[in-house]
Amino acid sequence: MNILVCISQVPDTTTKITFSENNTKFNENGVQFIINPYDEYALTRAIEIKEKLGGKVTVINVGKSSTEPNLRKALAIGADEAIRVDAEPADAYYVAFQVAQHAKGFDMILCGKESIDHNGGLVPSMIGELLGIPSINVAVKLDIEGNTAIMEHELDGGKEIIECPMPFVAGCQKPICEPRIPNMRGIMTAKNKPLLKKEPVSVETLTHVTEFLLPKPKESCRMIIPDEAEKLIDILQNEVKVI
Amino acid sequence: MHKDRFTAPDYYQLDELFTSEQILIRNTARDWVKAHISPIIEKAAQDAVFPKHIIPELGKLGAFGPTIPPEYGGGGLDYTSYGLIMQELERGDSGIRSTASVQGSLVMFPIYKYGSEEQKRKYLPKLASGEWMGCFGLTEPDYGSDPGSMKTHFEDKGSYYLLNGAKMWISNAPFAEVAVVWAKDENGKIKGLIVERGMEGFTTPETHGKWSLRASATGELVFDNVKVPKENLFPNASGLRGPLGCLDQARYGIAWGAVGAAMDCYDSALRYSQERIQFSKPIASFQLTQKKLSEMITEITKAQLLCWRLGNLKNEGRASTQQVSLAKRNNVAMALDIAREARQIHGAMGITGDYPIMRHMMNLESVITYEGTHDIHLLITGEHITGVSAFR
Repeated sequence: MNILVCISQVPDTTTKITFSENNTKFNENGVQFIINPYDEYALTRAIEIKEKLGGKVTVINVGKSSTEPNLRKALAIGADEAIRVDAEPADAYYVAFQVAQHAKGFDMILCGKESIDHNGGLVPSMIGELLGIPSINVAVKLDIEGNTAIMEHELDGGKEIIECPMPFVAGCQKPICEPRIPNMRGIMTAKNKPLLKKEPVSVETLTHVTEFLLPKPKESCRMIIPDEAEKLIDILQNEVKVI
Repeated sequence: MHKDRFTAPDYYQLDELFTSEQILIRNTARDWVKAHISPIIEKAAQDAVFPKHIIPELGKLGAFGPTIPPEYGGGGLDYTSYGLIMQELERGDSGIRSTASVQGSLVMFPIYKYGSEEQKRKYLPKLASGEWMGCFGLTEPDYGSDPGSMKTHFEDKGSYYLLNGAKMWISNAPFAEVAVVWAKDENGKIKGLIVERGMEGFTTPETHGKWSLRASATGELVFDNVKVPKENLFPNASGLRGPLGCLDQARYGIAWGAVGAAMDCYDSALRYSQERIQFSKPIASFQLTQKKLSEMITEITKAQLLCWRLGNLKNEGRASTQQVSLAKRNNVAMALDIAREARQIHGAMGITGDYPIMRHMMNLESVITYEGTHDIHLLITGEHITGVSAFR
């Protein structure tokens, strides 16, 4: 089974988000970058399938050299080879287009359902469209039977079971697997696994960010003791005017 | 315990001094601790039970003998990476770090350094995976800081050695399959032997009632006419330098580990001080709280720098026993001071198991005493700079 896993790097979940250049750029100063957590599901499920059915797992990232430590981490977790397309990931179409250049010949292409920075959730479907193969976003379960992939897709109040032939693209989400933590031996082995740098192909970006805005800070919480329920009613009626 | 919200302090951007591989190793250990130690450690410590189920997980992680070459089952890591792993394990709990320290520095290291090729092949891979656990017998009931006066001894009986004596305060003793034991031969020379569980006359009674390292098992090693096969003697160790060489390794790991405990206390205290409201404002806004927190981060930063430098010296084979002593002494005392200050910031909550503070503080009372007491390390430095020994 020949599997391609798309890896993006995102700010650590504890990062305090700020912007620069008139709110048009994310301020990366002092920010730790991690593998997008949804991509870790895709990676671990790919490794599990490889362990069961044999084959090879390749990870691909569109990013500058600062993403290499996270690609090494993916190799330490169990991927066999990494490809880095040496370009800033301008927008979803740009990333999908670059990935599609290297995605032919794989039995499946697994991605996270979205990245936790921009939360676009577009790349898996775009790759599928660019390659002319089925894409499913979101898959919470993925099994392979012969040449068929069987996936579970959550719906409001239910789920659907989808079958599709290979090759295909899937955006992965919990509980598809339990993401793995690498180990020291894997980290040492990863040093000698191939990490290939590829030049990007020229393609226009379809979108650009004009401004980032932070959500309004949460207002402070006012505590009202149970004995003063009338006070609560008064605030809701006369001050906040919601009842 | 509350959900583990640990965020590591790095006030001087010291991460820039580490390689990306060292950072990945550190972060891997950090993630492992959050996933495997934080959810269970408070109950394990309260119940005074060593969480044995983590042994294979520690083996899988690569926390046992990380610096041992891969051909013997180790990770082949450098000493800075090893230190960073110890820092993260002790951030979880000193008892867990102790278990890994003993296995790696006090059992695997002497077998690797002083053992025969057969001994290395027989023991190291199983110790690296955690299939076998080991312990280290040096301290005796009457000989702690003065191990050279030990009474445990063995006689050459032709086809075997006959071992008699007792060791005390031995981490991992109650469940270890293998014990590296230091004993005197007929000429009074200290030698190392590998004693295996099941050898007749060898028992390991557990030490109960500890208020410290409660999530780690401690016991005695009792040797009553134990027949030890001759091939279990280390061929390449003679005299006190053998066990002291192991202690250098373990003390090095402790110097890093203590930073982990201090970081956890500081991180918890900082967060608590920002969330705890008194007189209508967070207690972090009071000058006396800020003094405590500022002094904590200052001392942690100094200790982090000390470890980083010591790690580089050790990687180059240049770290002296005395330099290791200084770091162990400084960093453990620093961590204990920070635990006590952090306890003050947490107020009454600091004494409960909802926060890690009191557990770290009690653990560190052992750490400041084992592997060379606080005072002995001071005298090692004193001897080194003056040329005069105050205790020999």
